[in-house]
Amino acid sequence: MTSFSDTVRALPRLGRWSLPALRLQPGIVSWLQVGPLAFVLIVLFALPTMLFAVVSFWDYDRTGIYPALILDNYRDLLTTPATIRVYVSSLTFAAIVWAITLFLGFNIAHFLVFHVRSAAMRTLLFLLCAIPFWTSGIIRTIAWIPFLGRNGAFNQMLMAAGVTAHPLDFLLFSSFAVIVTYVNLFTLLMVGPIANSLAKIDPALIEAARDAGASRWRIMIEVIIPLSKTGITLGSILVFTQVMGDFFVAKAMSGGQSASIVSALATEIQAMQYPPAAANAVVLVIFVAIMVGLMMRVVDVRKELVK
Amino acid sequence: MMVGGRTYSAGPGEGRPWTFYALATLFGLFLLFLYGPMLVMYILSFQGPEGGVTFPMVGFSTVWFAEIVKPGQMANIPASFARSIALAAIVSLLTVVFSVAAGLAFRRRFAGSGLLFYLAVASLVMPSLLVGFGIGLGFKAMGWKTGLFTSALGAQLTWTLPFGLFAMFAVVNRFNRAYEEAADDLGANPWQRFRYVTLPILLPGIIGVGMGAFTLSYDEYARTTLVIGERNTLPIEIYALISSASSPMLFAIGTVTTAVSFLIIGLALWRILRLQQRRRGLEAVR
Repeated sequence: MTSFSDTVRALPRLGRWSLPALRLQPGIVSWLQVGPLAFVLIVLFALPTMLFAVVSFWDYDRTGIYPALILDNYRDLLTTPATIRVYVSSLTFAAIVWAITLFLGFNIAHFLVFHVRSAAMRTLLFLLCAIPFWTSGIIRTIAWIPFLGRNGAFNQMLMAAGVTAHPLDFLLFSSFAVIVTYVNLFTLLMVGPIANSLAKIDPALIEAARDAGASRWRIMIEVIIPLSKTGITLGSILVFTQVMGDFFVAKAMSGGQSASIVSALATEIQAMQYPPAAANAVVLVIFVAIMVGLMMRVVDVRKELVK
Repeated sequence: MMVGGRTYSAGPGEGRPWTFYALATLFGLFLLFLYGPMLVMYILSFQGPEGGVTFPMVGFSTVWFAEIVKPGQMANIPASFARSIALAAIVSLLTVVFSVAAGLAFRRRFAGSGLLFYLAVASLVMPSLLVGFGIGLGFKAMGWKTGLFTSALGAQLTWTLPFGLFAMFAVVNRFNRAYEEAADDLGANPWQRFRYVTLPILLPGIIGVGMGAFTLSYDEYARTTLVIGERNTLPIEIYALISSASSPMLFAIGTVTTAVSFLIIGLALWRILRLQQRRRGLEAVR
């Protein structure tokens, strides 16, 4: 009986065995490589989107939904004052949150890229910022409630420090709480892309500006900020779409005072009213697409990312 | 990760400009702001048995951690936790494989590359619940039942794949094709070139993509919730708990999930560091 090692030795030398050289055209290779990703995106994203666009024209009643081509869903949606109200509210939140996260995100990214000297420290600090994201957003949102409540940690700290005598009421279940939570959740979305852009700036450009006599402030305004446009645009797109697409934070942190577009949608879906929900969805998608399209005109995202 | 280290001061001996201190203070405050609620959560997870979800702390106990694994709860935490991990592992694996392949493909301009790029962007910025809605509608239309490893997996992939793709762009851009040319010159066929040259060099970035995809999937709620079927993942189970029974157990869950995330990401980072050390070691030998 041959030993195991004899058998192994008798096998063809797999290490040097390889497929006969298949000379495929480069274009075909690319298609094969990108195939799985393209498949997922088309079948699980593009097609479902088209599906609910179609359903938005359907008819419905208490018992079910029926294929049709009616505009009633859109008419009902666009003529309700509640729709305008919720869009204005979401847009306002988005604008405020965008401004705050841009300010915070830019300064933090700038600090990390330009002021921190050692790469190890920079990675550590960046990780410190990213660690909270490993906890689910829902848990981080509800963790604000004991923090901001009347008996919460923040109020107790303020009272202990003697800043106020009574607990502040507006901290929780208010627009303030919603904005604070959004900023908490989404600032990193700004820091990441902006830091990426800032790191790509050629240091020779900054040195040249300094040699030409520019003050640090002018360097910032005329060299650094323009060169970080890509990062700012990407961060803005991410923050904007996250706020517009949110359905939990607005409702939870405002105590039910503010709704959000998607939470209204979710209610309709739960009631199985798919056509009006679909119409709602289409309007939101068009709106977000227009805004993102406008933002992407500022910078050619494709060229910057794939470069 | 980040190339940099350019500073405003010329040499190591020079003092730092005032903006350094201002920005450092801002950064410190920001970290406090980020971690504030997390710390509250960690502390409150040790709430006493009589206590509620807000302060004051009524005693100190680990009873809420024990609650998590007690059977007969309104939610089954250990089971949904296991499902979350399993799903995240699969999503992570698929994301890595698909993103690496696609990232390599995008090195050339091929027919339809622009369209695919914008499709990925669109998938990224689409409000998550709508993606779930579309997939749910589709499954209903086809008469299929939604499930953990079918519709939920697909929905999460629409979220992780664009991230993976864009991360791979950054990784592949840093890659010097001269290595591949050298492999060609030495007689390697494309498969050997990929396996022995390209893949090892890209590996730290690829691990990063896998790690990121795991986290994204593990914490994912909005895309998954409408297509999860009957067996929930952890975030969805938690959401059900929030609406029905608020108790410090929620915070205990948060603490545990953070610890698990720490562990997994820590492991991945350690792996990457080891890879980089080995690489530096090899280069030193030469």
